[in-house]
Amino acid sequence: MLRFIVRRVLLTLPVLFGIVFVVFAIARLLPGDPCIAALQERANPETCAAFNARYGLDQPIPAQFWIYLTDLSRGDLGDSISQGRPVSEILIERLPLTVELTAFALTLAILLGMVLGVISASRRNSAVDVGTMIGANIGVSTPVFVLGLVLIWIFAVLLKGTPFVLPPGLRMTAGVTVVPLAESWGLTDLGGPLRTAVDFVSNMYVVNSLITGQWGALGDALRHLILPAVALGTIPLSIIARMTRSSLLDVLGQDYIRTARAKGLGERAVILRHGLRNAILPVVTVIGLSLGGLLAGAVLTESIFGLSGIGKMITEGVTSRDYAVVQGLTLVTAMIYVTVNLIVDISYAFLDPRIRLQ
Amino acid sequence: MSAQPGVSLPAADGLAAPPTSLWTDTRRNILRHRVAQVGLVLLGALITVAIAAPIISTHEPNDTVGIDEGLLRPDAPPGLRGPCIHLLGCPADRPQHFFGIDRNGRDVYSRVLYGARISLLVGIATVGFAILIGTVLGAVAGYAGGWMDNLIMRIMDVLLAFPSLILAIAMVTVLGPGLLNAALAIGIVGIPIYARVMRASVLTIKERDFVVASRALGESPLGLLLRRIMPNALTPLIVVGTLGIAGAILDVAALSFLGLGAQPPLAEWGSMIGLERNQLFSSPHLIIVPGIALSLSVLGFNLLGDGLRDALDPRLNR
Repeated sequence: MLRFIVRRVLLTLPVLFGIVFVVFAIARLLPGDPCIAALQERANPETCAAFNARYGLDQPIPAQFWIYLTDLSRGDLGDSISQGRPVSEILIERLPLTVELTAFALTLAILLGMVLGVISASRRNSAVDVGTMIGANIGVSTPVFVLGLVLIWIFAVLLKGTPFVLPPGLRMTAGVTVVPLAESWGLTDLGGPLRTAVDFVSNMYVVNSLITGQWGALGDALRHLILPAVALGTIPLSIIARMTRSSLLDVLGQDYIRTARAKGLGERAVILRHGLRNAILPVVTVIGLSLGGLLAGAVLTESIFGLSGIGKMITEGVTSRDYAVVQGLTLVTAMIYVTVNLIVDISYAFLDPRIRLQ
Repeated sequence: MSAQPGVSLPAADGLAAPPTSLWTDTRRNILRHRVAQVGLVLLGALITVAIAAPIISTHEPNDTVGIDEGLLRPDAPPGLRGPCIHLLGCPADRPQHFFGIDRNGRDVYSRVLYGARISLLVGIATVGFAILIGTVLGAVAGYAGGWMDNLIMRIMDVLLAFPSLILAIAMVTVLGPGLLNAALAIGIVGIPIYARVMRASVLTIKERDFVVASRALGESPLGLLLRRIMPNALTPLIVVGTLGIAGAILDVAALSFLGLGAQPPLAEWGSMIGLERNQLFSSPHLIIVPGIALSLSVLGFNLLGDGLRDALDPRLNR
């Protein structure tokens, strides 16, 4: 078991190195002078020389890569040109929201997707099945930004004045605040990495208000997350529902399912205990892979709902041509994506003993 | 299951109907497949609209007709910008705009029609580019094997390790915004999928008897690849490519929505939605109409792709 995990982790290292290299190479190899891109009309030989010296761009390319690698190993993602402060600092402010949003969207997608998939498979060709599959096809084909805007229109415009009205954007209603954890725990003097960790959790408003029992703020934070999470979660939900259905249908045709039925097990036990357990592996795979779509979709979702997560940070970085920000975030999202899929891979070993024993 | 490599299947002649070609089977299966039928209808409509846009549109896509018609005057009620169809009871003295006009006074119906051309073209060109590069890389990797295979496929692994839209955003940031750059970025990001599919096909086919026989007869590696292996590796590429067009249309529209792809005044669905998103509360048709057009096009390619996957699977042939 341990050997399996170590092997998987070692296999991931070259990919991580490759990611760093690609992110670095995009900035250096693609056409376009970074100085002119960043300084625009203020670019002239003198300012560019200063700019290049400041960001190490006057060094030969291999030396630049080495500097980049050593900086990264210290957790330094470079400085944002437009904001004049470290990218890592901005990241710690912005990442918690994106984590909350994607976690909420993914939870929704997994729960609803698997339930719909199981119902569809166990009542094949029923109205529920046909409806779910039509819905899933439409769901994977609707762009996140179209769905998000339509949801805002329905829940903030059409349903205005009914109990179903939902906020069209922003993280919280104006006036509602969450007390930072550092304050509620009396840790305002704390510094260093521990403080960073506390602030990170603190910026996840749902988690923060849940721990400290700020129920009013919790309800408000959750209400503001509903529409973005539905917009973001619909594509993975559709994919998970389809995969659960087809994988479960495959399994339900196996001999051991017939045996389970023949020995008199109830249909619920047959499907959930014998069927779903054996059908779960492909579903776990698509859940891991759908995280890439979720992180990319977060860029669009946050831009529509005015949420200041890393997605919005990327779009801001693009508009201000702040490549350090875009580069840092591309790197971090790819790392998150690879790490999660590594965990998914390792979880196979727990779900399926055959893989563990290989 | 499938035949072992090197073991030929027993001939089935004299037992059933005369042999049919793959394409005949596929055509028959596609036409029987209900999901694929819906996909074909949607794509037929999309292609018709794209070709006939100049004939069936009512205005030039970039004509600011609404200004001449006085619909954008500050004293004109915003309701005037909404859809107006005379047949459906819109007063005859109001200028007719099937889907209303946008903030610049352009006819939304005509712009949506012309948008079909761009999405269709961009989707096919992007995937065509990715397939071209991807199949060459995959074929070389699969056929050459060894360190070459390892090198190419590890690079593909790294490209696949990025959430694709985010990698495309990073590329466009450096390349500069524009429809061509956005399509190029989405194309590059799509390469690894086709390389993987092609490599897998080449690996299974290159040891088959008929390929070994051709090689023994002195066929060059290039001839083997193009004439023996390629035709047999085509079916999975077609399926993945069709589904890939759906993804490419979505991604390019997303980049355009963010202002990184098509630039105004080009009538592209994603950028139309992006530029008018703040009008959602007063003129929702500006978002909903191009949004539906975009979703239906993507749906068409997705359904056809699913149908093709079922239809090209010979195990389903009876």
